[in-house]
Amino acid sequence: MSGAFSSINLHYLFGGLGITIIVSLISIIISFVVGLILGVVLYEDIPYFSRTVRFIVNTIRNLPLLLLIFFTYFALPKLGIELNAFAATVVAMSVFEATMVAEIIRGGLLSIGQGQKEGALSTGMTNLQTLWYIELPQALKRSIPPLISQFISLVKDTSLATAIVLPEMMFRSQVIYGQNPNYMIPMFILVAALYFMVNYSLSLLAKWFDRRMVS
Amino acid sequence: MINIFMQNWQTILNGFWITILSSLIGLGGSLLLGTIFALMELAPNKILKFIGNAFVEFFRNIPLLVITLFFYVVVAKDFKISGFWAGTIGLILYTSAFVAECIRGGINSVDEGQMEGARANGLTYTQAMIHIVLPQGFKLAIPSLGNQFINLVKNSSILSFVAGFDLMYQANVISGANLDPFNTYIIVGIFYLIITGLLSTVMRQIEDRLGKGRLQ
Repeated sequence: MSGAFSSINLHYLFGGLGITIIVSLISIIISFVVGLILGVVLYEDIPYFSRTVRFIVNTIRNLPLLLLIFFTYFALPKLGIELNAFAATVVAMSVFEATMVAEIIRGGLLSIGQGQKEGALSTGMTNLQTLWYIELPQALKRSIPPLISQFISLVKDTSLATAIVLPEMMFRSQVIYGQNPNYMIPMFILVAALYFMVNYSLSLLAKWFDRRMVS
Repeated sequence: MINIFMQNWQTILNGFWITILSSLIGLGGSLLLGTIFALMELAPNKILKFIGNAFVEFFRNIPLLVITLFFYVVVAKDFKISGFWAGTIGLILYTSAFVAECIRGGINSVDEGQMEGARANGLTYTQAMIHIVLPQGFKLAIPSLGNQFINLVKNSSILSFVAGFDLMYQANVISGANLDPFNTYIIVGIFYLIITGLLSTVMRQIEDRLGKGRLQ
């Protein structure tokens, strides 16, 4: 094969897909763990602390992710925190998505009937035990479909890292069609198809969980 | 920080205006297109249903940047299209897929008796849908639509990729000139928070009012 889909180009592009997936996976893991903790903090009313966390989470949630990526990459060095494009993307995405995850987890915890908590407490469990054994497992189960939707957004948003020259798939496709304008349309089709494949399989997973929970 | 605003207030306010304008056009366009595609998804006609589903699944699962750059790079070769419009058209298409999902969800939660009752009174499917079911479904979809519109405002920062002169673009211009990205991005962030914060407050009030209406 020659032209847009020459083996060199394809190899280069799929390397970009690899970076897209690695950035996504690391950000998903970090944002899930951090978001879970933040979600519990938002749900439990810890005096002053919860309110502070609420303020920070709301602020970050209401900012564009692109702004956070630029901030992490260009502004943090002023504070002596130098990150390369890969680390900056992971940090910015993890922080942003963690606040999204936190909201989802809080919503999941709120959707469980108060009776579950009261019942657990009345059988002699401590607050922490109730949270860990009774509330969180049920909340997590309900949170799976919205969490997967959120992670689909995350995969799509990795393309924003093109702006700080992270060599992920979108960036590499631009490099390829930069060589020859005839490559533009084939590249856009291929990149759209690859993103679609990754995200559509994730959304099928979300639908499968959704159906299993209803039945 | 105040200095940066005093020196660049015109640039920042210009960008702020472009961001608001693009979001407003995006909101109107995606509401219209999203409603049409939601109705297509729910239509009894198999072909319409397929087109609606394909559109929604396609635009939901590819990045906004791919759509926007497609208009800016590929379409712009043959048709004159500015960065602002490439970005805004991208925003409309991308957001309308999410809006369609919200509205479809709203319509699905309207009681089936509404449609049956309307049909029994002699309305056609289209009449019943537009006059009876859609308005109720729309009302039920408002909370999730609100979230989509907050996302829309945040996503409008995509215009900075295609020289759309929005707030994010101006932030990069200003920080490139004064070499103080730290304070510049904070100021621009405050402007974004003004819009999104205002939107989420308004949405919360609408939700409260609708919630009360349902209890009565």
